[in-house]
Amino acid sequence: MTNVAPVIKVENLTHVYSPGTPFQVVSLDGISLEIMKGELFALVGSAGSGKTTLVQHFNGIIAPAKGKVWVCGVDVSDKNKRRDLWRKVGLVFQRPEQQLFEETVFDDVAFGPRNMGLGKDEVLGRVKEALQVVGLKIDEIGTISPFRLSGGMRRRVAIAGVLALRPDVLVLDEPAAGLDPRGRRQLMDHVENFRYERGVTVVLVTHSMEEVALRADRVAVLHKGRLAMGGTPREVFNRVVELRALGLDVPAPAGLMHKLRAAGRRVRTDVLTIDEAREEIAMILGEGS
Amino acid sequence: MLSSITFGQFMPGDSLLHRLDPRTKVVGVLAVAASVLAAANWIGFALVAGLTLVAVLQSQLPAKVYISGLRAFWVIFAITFIVQAFLTPGEILAGLGPLKITQEGLETGGRIFLRLALLVLVASLLTLTTPPVNLAAGLESMLSPLKRLGVPAHELAMMMTIALRFVPILLQEAETLVRAQRSRGAAFVTGGPAGWARGLLPLFVPLFAGALRRAEDLATAMEARSYRGGANMTRMMSLRFGLPDYVVLTLTAVVLAGVVASRFL
Ligand SMILES: Nc1ncnc2c1ncn2[C@@H]1O[C@H](COP(=O)(O)OP(=O)(O)OP(=O)(O)O)[C@@H](O)[C@H]1O
Ligand SMILES: [Mg+2]
Repeated sequence: MTNVAPVIKVENLTHVYSPGTPFQVVSLDGISLEIMKGELFALVGSAGSGKTTLVQHFNGIIAPAKGKVWVCGVDVSDKNKRRDLWRKVGLVFQRPEQQLFEETVFDDVAFGPRNMGLGKDEVLGRVKEALQVVGLKIDEIGTISPFRLSGGMRRRVAIAGVLALRPDVLVLDEPAAGLDPRGRRQLMDHVENFRYERGVTVVLVTHSMEEVALRADRVAVLHKGRLAMGGTPREVFNRVVELRALGLDVPAPAGLMHKLRAAGRRVRTDVLTIDEAREEIAMILGEGS
Repeated sequence: MLSSITFGQFMPGDSLLHRLDPRTKVVGVLAVAASVLAAANWIGFALVAGLTLVAVLQSQLPAKVYISGLRAFWVIFAITFIVQAFLTPGEILAGLGPLKITQEGLETGGRIFLRLALLVLVASLLTLTTPPVNLAAGLESMLSPLKRLGVPAHELAMMMTIALRFVPILLQEAETLVRAQRSRGAAFVTGGPAGWARGLLPLFVPLFAGALRRAEDLATAMEARSYRGGANMTRMMSLRFGLPDYVVLTLTAVVLAGVVASRFL
């Protein structure tokens, strides 16, 4: 955030699935946004709002049909450059555990580094590190078949497979969906550690507003393919009425503050965490006595 | 893109063709296919092509759908045409070393091309305008007289419904997998045949694993709702013939008769 060059710049991006058929869906409609180097940028929106379609533009998987996308200064419409983008932008797909295919966990995580043409030692080093980042030990599960692991473990292995690319930008499409609360928190902690250690930019697609409140620097709200809101979590979660109209909610502390305000209490409504909420409540209790 | 392969995928609509009884469409398609194969001269071809064109226009689906359906088969079209053009003996038009294009070759090639294109169009007309469930209901009802001979009509129809239902889902899944593995640098086709086989593993292993999981879930879900096979099943919609069905059946019969008759002109 000290360095304010946009790593990803999207200008007036529009995407239509199956154009010209009865199945036509406008999944992105004139999106413009900038993601800065080193920040954690969250993307929220109800199901089908176009989040996945948008992030798949970031590593060249989908070519921009209308509008422009620059990633690390490279114009993505250039086909040859687009093809090499996967080395810079690691994209963890939705439900990535369904993409495991190798016989052992080690081979699966090594798939990306091997495709980069790295040497044996380098591959080993990266696999070890990537597994460590998601809290797994190579000696314990390296030789196990990924199909024998639990769903949550498989998810972590799949994420390690992308981390092993050592990307400059890490894009995560609902990485914690379907995990238990502790698994969720741990996974997000792993991601944040990785971010601080390597200084990578993180784009996080999520349905958890608490996660956004706690971890994001900025957040964009998609609605039916359009950019409905954008700003810091504090700014966005203060617009509770608009958010609810889009089928979204605010984190519980912010919701509580809005209720208190509606009941005539003079509290700040732009709170994000439970601690901030406690301070506000303590304040009005102090006033009352 | 894989999921943009629309051949055979049902497209909702409200045309006459969409509203016909599925049995009419099955019989009609068989009759038109027979006419395509029976056509021997330009009168015959004009009759079938005319009928097919009317049906295509009637379906009110965008031309793009049909063109992309035809395009999926262009390799087969091209190969058969070229083989015919070069290998049919007759009056030589042009030569390229031992390869010679003959007048007769061009004619046979053209005829075969026309036949294949018409067959593809007619077949796609059926599946484009009929929801899989209705198609299965139609086939089941047409096969049911064979039940007494031990033909499992209901089971066949159910298998077909499920298979047709799974095709778009699997295509969608395959597309996601291609994208996901490409994000890790997968090059699916590299080197010789061995490289090909190895390169496709990242696609097919998860695809089959997913298909098996789905199949298991579906079986559980069906049993949980007391599905026990054909014996006591009834359909939500019963099939009924209307005036348009009789008109369409008569029309296809007339065309078939016309085509057969034109052979003797
Ligand atoms: N391969 C595809 N073919 C056709 N339409 C698609 C395809 N993928 C997505 N869509 C459509 O595009 C729209 C946006 O989908 P997208 O997957 O980007 O949404 P999303 O915000 O990621 O939703 P979710 O929270 O459910 O993951 C949806 O209406 C969806 O039906
Ligand atoms: Mg999504």
